[in-house]
Formats: sequence, structure tokens, C-alpha cells
Amino acid sequence: MKKIANAAALRQLQQELKKKWDPKKPVVTICAGTGCRGYGCVSVKEALAAEITKQKLAVDVRATGCFGFCEKGPLVIIQPQNIFYQQVKIKDVDDIVNKTVVKGEVIEKLLYRDPGTGKRIQKEADVPFYKKQMRLVFGSNGMIDPTRIEDYLAIGGYSALGKALAMTPEKIIKEVKDAGLRGRGGGGFPTGDKWESCREAHGSPKYVIGNGDEGDPGAYMDRSLMEGNPHSVIEGMIIGAYAIGANQGFIYVRNEYPLAVMHLTMAIENARNAGLLGKNILGSGFNFDISISKGGGAFVCGESSALFASIEGKAGEARAKYIHAVEKGLWDKPTVLNNVETWANVPLIINKGAKWYSGIGTAKSKGTKVFSLVGKINNTGLVEVPMGMPLREIIYDMGGGIPKGRKFKAVQTGGPSGGCIPESLLDLPVDFDKLAEVGSMMGSGGMIVMDDRSCMVDVAKYFLAFLQDESCGKCVPCREGVRRMRDIFEDICAGKGKEGDVDLLESMAQAIKDGSLCALGGSAPNPVLSTIRYFRDEYEAHIKEKRCPAGVCKALITYSIDAKACNACGLCAMVCPTGSAHGEKKKPHVIDKKTCTRCGACIESCKFDAIKVK
Amino acid sequence: MNSSTAKNVDRKKLREIIDRYHGDRSSLLAILQDLQQVHNYLPLEMLKMISGEMDIPLMRIYEVATFYNAFSLKPRGKHIVKLCVGTACHVRGAAGILDKLERTLEIKPGETSNDQKFTLETVNCVGACALGPVMVMDGEYHGQVTMSKVDKVVGPLKKGAR
Repeated sequence: MKKIANAAALRQLQQELKKKWDPKKPVVTICAGTGCRGYGCVSVKEALAAEITKQKLAVDVRATGCFGFCEKGPLVIIQPQNIFYQQVKIKDVDDIVNKTVVKGEVIEKLLYRDPGTGKRIQKEADVPFYKKQMRLVFGSNGMIDPTRIEDYLAIGGYSALGKALAMTPEKIIKEVKDAGLRGRGGGGFPTGDKWESCREAHGSPKYVIGNGDEGDPGAYMDRSLMEGNPHSVIEGMIIGAYAIGANQGFIYVRNEYPLAVMHLTMAIENARNAGLLGKNILGSGFNFDISISKGGGAFVCGESSALFASIEGKAGEARAKYIHAVEKGLWDKPTVLNNVETWANVPLIINKGAKWYSGIGTAKSKGTKVFSLVGKINNTGLVEVPMGMPLREIIYDMGGGIPKGRKFKAVQTGGPSGGCIPESLLDLPVDFDKLAEVGSMMGSGGMIVMDDRSCMVDVAKYFLAFLQDESCGKCVPCREGVRRMRDIFEDICAGKGKEGDVDLLESMAQAIKDGSLCALGGSAPNPVLSTIRYFRDEYEAHIKEKRCPAGVCKALITYSIDAKACNACGLCAMVCPTGSAHGEKKKPHVIDKKTCTRCGACIESCKFDAIKVK
Repeated sequence: MNSSTAKNVDRKKLREIIDRYHGDRSSLLAILQDLQQVHNYLPLEMLKMISGEMDIPLMRIYEVATFYNAFSLKPRGKHIVKLCVGTACHVRGAAGILDKLERTLEIKPGETSNDQKFTLETVNCVGACALGPVMVMDGEYHGQVTMSKVDKVVGPLKKGAR
């Protein structure tokens, strides 16, 4: 692509590209996010393209970023009719091309079926999972090929940049402040204030960084954004850099996200060729470029000072923050670090204005937030909703409730720094402050739903193990305290819990909070404290009655076979690694409790639900 | 190839990697990542070479190489089996799948089988949470993994001649 000389040339190019995007033109889009790739969408896409080429049809096949409804992948949308197909397999390709693409016929069995009404739904927007969403940041994901800058430009991409470069930096900062944008990475710090402090800070050069080190287990919206719409992040960063006066930026991406690295690399290259990065951007005289920094698989590097250390080529240890990053950040220079989702919100604000943006959300949390709805829930995927939507609507209306008719127990938000929210708080409107009030936090937006077969003591133990593994080890209270807390949990789950353990955990939690430098240690006890707060009875069952009510903690449960339900098929005996499940032909089988290791192989194999856990 | 020629080849390759990043010391992570791509792990000899070529104390390099999970100082197997143990995978039974992998491969997480065929690793979230439990086998994602799926995916490789 030729370098775009100025804002007028940008507008002209956008118009030209838009004309080519005739909405009446037939296009088959297929989701090529990591989720759908896991279901084999790449081979479906190849088969679709091959069949369309074979039949010499004038139809584009476009692999896009994540549509969000990962539960039902691979997902395909056929334009212009806007037909939404789910769980598409290679064997469906012939029908899709011959019936839908050629004749416009709808294939009923590939449509989403509403489990409530039993009706098939033809359009994506009518599927309950999407109905209540407000897809401002994520909406373009399913429209564009992330490897083509032309697609992003055709839908109006980089308009905000053109507009911003004609504004003063102060005006941009004011707009972001008035919009009320807060950091999407977890802390929720006001973005405009951060930019302003950095602009005013002495020292040069200044840096901007996109934090794509999405370490929170259970959250993957940043990944989908970087993979599916990398230019929106880049555009936001250029605007931010212009506002604070930075000429160099970095995007720090997790090592575990190879596709995100690839798409970002291509996007930066394409933007550079188009004159949207580099020297004299759009003829404005402003210079800015971005490099990618790949992480090494360390959760703590999501923390600002550890992230800086990592970009500097060092081990990612946090440091004391007596002086803020906006004054002394990367290489001790003024630095603005924002999450990639925060950056992607910036073009929206510049395009549509602070007034429009601040009209969405709650009093102190503006705009939308993308959540990853995962765990024990029917419709797993990514949802983007206005701030303030009650948890119940997210989990039941969009998520479709709990699988197999089981009972909801808790939703975990905020990753290892967050907490577990019980059923009694399901009507809580989700925003930064409300989540903090109930002892959890927004975090990067993971929502892990748990049912009555999830043990809350085990979940707390899980997070401690995670944090023990990920603690950088610098502060003793975090390094040793988390380990010691985990020891106590191992005892409780092994049936060796003692009276007073819960009190001890609570007092240790306070010490760890007080004695740690960074947010990892400072928030490490949250999963423990929130589970004690809302599920103390489960702790007591483990400690006093040596019982795991959810049937998870191996030392406290036994397996047995319900003789009435057993069909004597022998599968359990076949898969049992210790030979504990056994029985004669055509007779109900039994499990030897002494040798059984409660590995769960028999439960997975049993077709008659005959294995009982107590 | 005698050992000194092998060393020269290694040195040449390393120089290429270092030049890719203009010898910039802050690119140490990227250099180690690229080096691991070539060798499948980080051989001590190579770390010593980096130290000499880039004038970084070996201790610093060792600190970085041991801090980040992505690096291995031991040779890894032909097949890398990564199991996600993120929260979403955990609540959907990743612990049971890990037991199954340990039994099948006869190694613990972080270990490599004696025949150098498999390395088992756990990852604290691979970001494919909707598909949990997730296993990444040589870079390919397998979703909604069950114990029988482990047999299907890993079994043939285990039995295979290579």
C-alpha cells in the first residue's frame, strides 16, 4: 500500500475501500479465533474456499477474528442474507455452498437452536447470547480479516487518528477524561488522568505501552482483540502517544499467544507501509513507531514495574512504586501503560465524543467491558456488555445458565486477585466499584462460573498454588506467606484441617496484603478471603466433619457403584488404572475403596451415571 | 562433524540471532526465545557464548532463563504436551486430565521421558478458556479434553516407532 499523505487522502482511501465492500455482495465469513481453530475451523475454511473456487463462484471467503460465541464454533456467517451457522463441520461445506451460497436456502440443522423455545434462529443478533450485548470494541472482530489493513480502513478504521492529529494533545486528554474511561486491565485507574500526568512529567523520551500480557487464568478477551482487530489497539496507541508526546511504543504480548504476535506484527508492518506509523504520520509532523515485546510466561509481568523490567530484558521482578510509572517507568522514563482493551476504546471516544461514551455505563464506570464467560456455563464465550449489567443477566440470559440442570454456586471474577461471588449477590450490577465492594474485582474480565460440584476450598487452594508458582519471590510475605497458606489448605483438603485454621488464614492474609510491594502479593489473599466470607460452611465441613460437600477433595470422598443403575457393561473396569473397579460378567460392578485413587476415569466412562461420589 | 566445527556452526547461528536484534541487550528475552526455537532448549554452552558475545554476565542470563516459564535448561522431548491448568480448565476437571497424562506418559510436569519422546508441561492458561480443559500438543489445540481423548491423541504417538 502507498503511504497515505494526509487526513484528506485517508478519507478518500477509506471511501474507495468502502465502495468495494458492497453489502449486497456475497461473502462467507468464518471465525478464525483460537477457540474455533481448536474446533478445526481452518480446515473448514479451506474446504469452503476450495469448493467456491471449484464452482467458479464470485464469492469471497473471509477468515475473521473471534465472533465470541466460542461454545458453538466453528461459526460461519453468510452475507448478504446474514445467515448464522454454528458447529460447522467439513461435511457441511457442500451443502453450505450448493444450497445457501448458490440458492440462498437456509440449512435448518446448522442454525442455532434456542434451548428454551426449541426454535431455530437465523440471525446472529437474535441469538440470546448476542441479544443484550453492546459490541462496541468487539463488533468489528467478526467483519474484518485482521491480516488486511484494507478491511480495517474500509469500516472507517484510522478515522479517529485523522481526527486526533488535528486536535491539540490537551484537547484529546480532556476528551478521554470527560469520557470517564478507566483501565481495562484490572485496576480501573482513570486513563485520562494517567495520560495527563505523563504529559506533564519531566523527562524524555516518553513511552506508551500496550499491555497484552493477559495472565489472568480464565480471561482471553485481550487475546481475541489482538488476534481479531489489532489495528484498533494500534490506532489507540498512536493517538495516546500523540497526546502525551511519545515517539516510541511497545506492545507486550504473552509468549502463549503466537497468533496474536503474528497478527500484531503484520498489522504494525502494514500500518508502517501505509504511513500510519513511522515518520510524519499523515503529514502531521508527528513521529511514532511500535515494537513488539514477547513475554516469557510469567504472570507477574502483567504488573507494571515487572513488565518494564521484562521489556528491559531482565527478570520480571516488581519494584517499589514511590514514584509512579508516568514519571519513571520504562528505563526510568515517563511511561503510560494501558491494557490493550483500554487502547481499543480510545478510537471510539475520539470518533464519537466523550458525551456519547460517558452516556454508556454507570456513574463511575463508563463504556462497555468484554468478559470471558467460562467454566460451568452453557454458552461459553466472550460477551461485551455496558458497565452495570447485573451478573444474573450475563450468566443466565447470555450464558444460558448452568449445564445439566445443576445448581449455580459462585462466579469467580478478577483472576487470582479477585474473589468468588455467591448466588445471593447475582443481582449485583457489574462495574469496577461494585465488584470491589463485595470483595472481588473486575480484573481483566474473566468470569468463571462454578456449580455445586465445584469445591470452594479447592478453588482457593488452586489460586494459592498458582500464586506460589508465579510469585517473583522478592517480598518475603508473598513468597513465604502464600506457600504457608497453601500448606494449610493442603492439610484441610487432606482431612487434616484443625480448629482455628480459618482464623490463622485470615490473619496471614492481612500480613501478606500489608507486606507485599506489588499487586500480586497485595491481592493474593483475595480468593481465600472471599471464599471464607461467603462459603465458610464448606471450610467447616472440611475441617470439622472431614467432608467435601462438592465431592472434589480426593482424600475426603469415596467412589461407589449404584448396583441398580449399573448395566454391567464393564467399561469402568476397562479404564480403571488400579483395577479397583471390577465385577463379573452381567453382574453389577463394584469399586474397591482401599485401592481406588478417585481419578475419575470410571465416572467419565460410565454411560449410566452409576458411579456415586460421596 | 567434530566438536569444534559444531561449536563454530552454533556460534554462527547465535550471531545471526543476536544481529537480528542489533545486539541490543534489552532484547535478551527475544534472543533466548529464538535460540530455544533452534535447540528446543537453552544449552549452557550457548548461554556462555551469549555472555561473551553480548558482554552480559552469565549470572544475569541465568537469572532470566530460570525466571521465565517459557525457557528450559534441559533438553526437551520430541513432542511437547502442554496442559492448560487455568481456572476455567481447572473447574472443568483439568486435574484429572493431568493425572491421566502423568499415568500415560509416566512422567510428571516439567519432566521429559527417558526415550526423549515426550515432555509434559502445565501452563497457567493458554487463553482458549471456552474449550476447557485444553491440551496443546506440539502447538495444536485440543479442546474439551477427556481421558479417552488423551488416549486418542497421545496413544498413537506413544506406540509409534518414533
